[in-house]
This record gives sequence, C-alpha cells and structure tokens, in this order.
Amino acid sequence: MTRKNAAELDAVLHALADSTRRTILEELSNRNEQALFEICVRLVEGYGLSIKRQSISKHLAVLENAGLIHTSWQGRTKLHSTNLPSVVPLITQWLNNHTQDSL
Amino acid sequence: MKIIVTSVLVDDQAKALRFYTETLGFEKKHDVPLGEHRWLTVTSSGEPDSVELLLEPSEHPAAKPFKEALMRDGIPYTMFGIDDVEAEHKRLTELGVIFTQPPTKHGDVTTAVFNDTCGNLIQILQQHES
Repeated sequence: MTRKNAAELDAVLHALADSTRRTILEELSNRNEQALFEICVRLVEGYGLSIKRQSISKHLAVLENAGLIHTSWQGRTKLHSTNLPSVVPLITQWLNNHTQDSL
Repeated sequence: MKIIVTSVLVDDQAKALRFYTETLGFEKKHDVPLGEHRWLTVTSSGEPDSVELLLEPSEHPAAKPFKEALMRDGIPYTMFGIDDVEAEHKRLTELGVIFTQPPTKHGDVTTAVFNDTCGNLIQILQQHES
C-alpha cells in the first residue's frame, strides 16, 4: 500500500468511525443531491437526532475530504451525494492484503 | 396585535412582482413609489384582506451575504401553504421553476423547496389531515 493510499484509508476510516456521519451516508444513499437544510431535517425527523446545523456542516466537510461524498451545485445551492462505492476498493484491498494468510 | 405584513428580500422588485404574481399566482395589493424603490406588496389569491407579503429590495449591505449563505445551505426562509404539494411541484416545474428539494413527506406534512429567482428559497407546505 502506497503512502498516498494509506493517507486516504486513514481519512476514510476516520470519517466512518462516527455514527452521525454513517447516518448521513445512509440518508444520502436513499436520496442523493441533498442540501444541508434537507439533511438536517431528515436527521431530526427520521432519527430524532438533535444536532446543530453547524455540527452537521462539519461532519459533511469530513466526509467530503475523505472522498465519501461529492458535491454539486444547483444554481447557488450546494448539494451532497454519496460516493461510498468509490472507496470500497481501498478498504477491500487493505483487508485482502492482511487476511489472505489466515484464510 | 396582528401580523399584517411580512417581507421577502428580493434582488429586483419588477422581476419579483412578475414571479410572485404570474408564476406563483399571488395578487398585487400595494404598489407605491417610495424614493428609488416601491412599497410593493402581494396577497394570497382571492384574499385581498389577508396578510401582505412585502417584496422588499435586498439593498442593505448585510442582505446579500445573508441571502447567499441561506441559498448555499438550501435553507428556505419563507414558507407558503398549499393544498397539494405534488400538484404544485408539477405545475411550477413545468413553468421552469427549479426545486432544490422535491416533495417530501415528514409525518403529517409534505414539503418542497424552490428557488424564487430573486435570491431566495421558498418552502411550500401541505398539512395532511391526521
């Protein structure tokens, strides 16, 4: 595993090591292209999570930096979509590298 | 005390009047020249004595960054009631209105969010009978 891949895997696993961020990914897999406002509404109504908008905004930044979500613009509104499938190879590669001997 | 006028900050009053009357279907109530701008209000269709919506120029220096921040995060600052959100979403979409959130049911209500072309996001809300 290259140093670059290692850094990416760090970012992905760190981002996934938080139940709120995983919930956000679950919600985006139900419906992509959500604005911050809609994600907040869904977390409150669907999960009873009472989290400040500012905090959700920070969670989204962590997910985006780790490559777990990607963003697009509709006019001047920022929309978020899941990018989870794209990191599967990174995780499975690491698992495969370190589990083959024991299989 | 009663609520008689509430405001929406618009980038352009003439454009706003067209959108709020021709597209959304509100009716013009007051249109009074006032210096550089107008005292311009609309009311719900067929209810001229109901609460007026003031189409207020977003001229204050703080208005632009405030509106841009709300727009960026998809936050509607103004809400209108409607009997059927799905039907209105279809009607407005056909007129070229852009929705940032399609009709979504939350418990007893269905909401959707659209761009008013004057720098704002508007939420429409339908209350279901419980």
